[in-house]
Amino acid sequence: MDAPAKKKLRLATATLAGCFGCHMSFLDIDERLFDLVELVEFDRSPLTDIKEVGPCDIGLIEGGLCNAENVHVLRDFRKHCRILVAVGACAINGGLPAQRNPIPLHEILSEVYLTEPGLAHSGIPNDPELPLPLNKVHPIHEVVKVDYFLPGCPPSGDAIWKFLTDLLAGREPELGHALMHYD
Amino acid sequence: MSKTFTLDGKDVPFRDGQTIIEAALEAGHYIPHLCHHPDFKAHGSCKLCTVKVNGRQTASCTMQAAEGQVVESETEELNSERRALTQMLFVEGNHFCPSCEKSGDCQLQATAYHLNMMTAHYDHFFPNRPLDASHPDFLLDFNRCILCSLCVRASRDVDGKNVFALAGRGIKSHLIVNARSGKLADTDFSAADKAASVCPVGVILPKRRGFAVPIGERTFDKQPIDAYVDTRIARKEE
Repeated sequence: MDAPAKKKLRLATATLAGCFGCHMSFLDIDERLFDLVELVEFDRSPLTDIKEVGPCDIGLIEGGLCNAENVHVLRDFRKHCRILVAVGACAINGGLPAQRNPIPLHEILSEVYLTEPGLAHSGIPNDPELPLPLNKVHPIHEVVKVDYFLPGCPPSGDAIWKFLTDLLAGREPELGHALMHYD
Repeated sequence: MSKTFTLDGKDVPFRDGQTIIEAALEAGHYIPHLCHHPDFKAHGSCKLCTVKVNGRQTASCTMQAAEGQVVESETEELNSERRALTQMLFVEGNHFCPSCEKSGDCQLQATAYHLNMMTAHYDHFFPNRPLDASHPDFLLDFNRCILCSLCVRASRDVDGKNVFALAGRGIKSHLIVNARSGKLADTDFSAADKAASVCPVGVILPKRRGFAVPIGERTFDKQPIDAYVDTRIARKEE
């Protein structure tokens, strides 16, 4: 009797307040993507264009939290993913967007939309469709429980591959010196 | 015959008057440390070099080596405490490695790698610490200060200038510049000062020289910090 086909794990990815650099780095695993799709089925991700996350085994989150929608998406991922991974500097410590944190939000919005010479001065955007910005940018572990952290700006394709293959094989992910980077 | 203590089971020779970390680093054994510098007297503030001596915790930079001591350092217990201390240093300042010129050459970052710090874990303070760009040749980015006091000690003890000081107490401790204006431009600080090159993180940076060494070729890209034991000792031997 043939062994039953191994069930593929479901993997979802999302970008919050990030630059999609971690997703680009994810694509840098190159032809190893073929090996990966033998092991996982993609759920919500920019790669599939699925908009809502379903029940998943692994969720990869790029980016920190800079607005209300980010918080909504993150909580949705936490609810649906057995293992949630903070990928990249922004998800882990807020990263570049968090460098606005020492400056009060109204000062930033005023400078960009009202006072800075050379800009359009069209007024601070107030469309109900726009998610409201948070006063500060937060790393995701300040809002939900995060199971694993994969640092880097971005983590290299090799680091992402090492992390995922460790995780999928049931090992504790271990990057080691060459792949461990905060930049 | 020289006197010895054991560090994680290995014999380490020492001379009278040496601290545990001095003897260990000299013998090529790494003990994590940030405020300790081989050229300076102990400060004992960062506590990263905490070891167990005969079963009791103590800072190895202030504890004198003694015959027959049994010292433990690379244990999961000590390293997890060191990791927690390092995480606190990360959240108390603004340590954004991707935009820091010291990245790859930074003792704090390399120590965090050694301790397998995947996240800063605690809630970030995101303090507001304006830069001091007043000096023509040097920039001060206080966001990255870990209060190791090496610039204070170098300026006072080596340069004889007293340019820097630590002010405030406890969580309010912070680095200041000793000038009425508080600005580096109003001191006699210069590029030739020991204090100009002693910062283990990215606070005291020369202007007009940024990201000069490509990623992959920086100090701690090539080897982890424990392989160097202490980069500042390696330089002395060259």
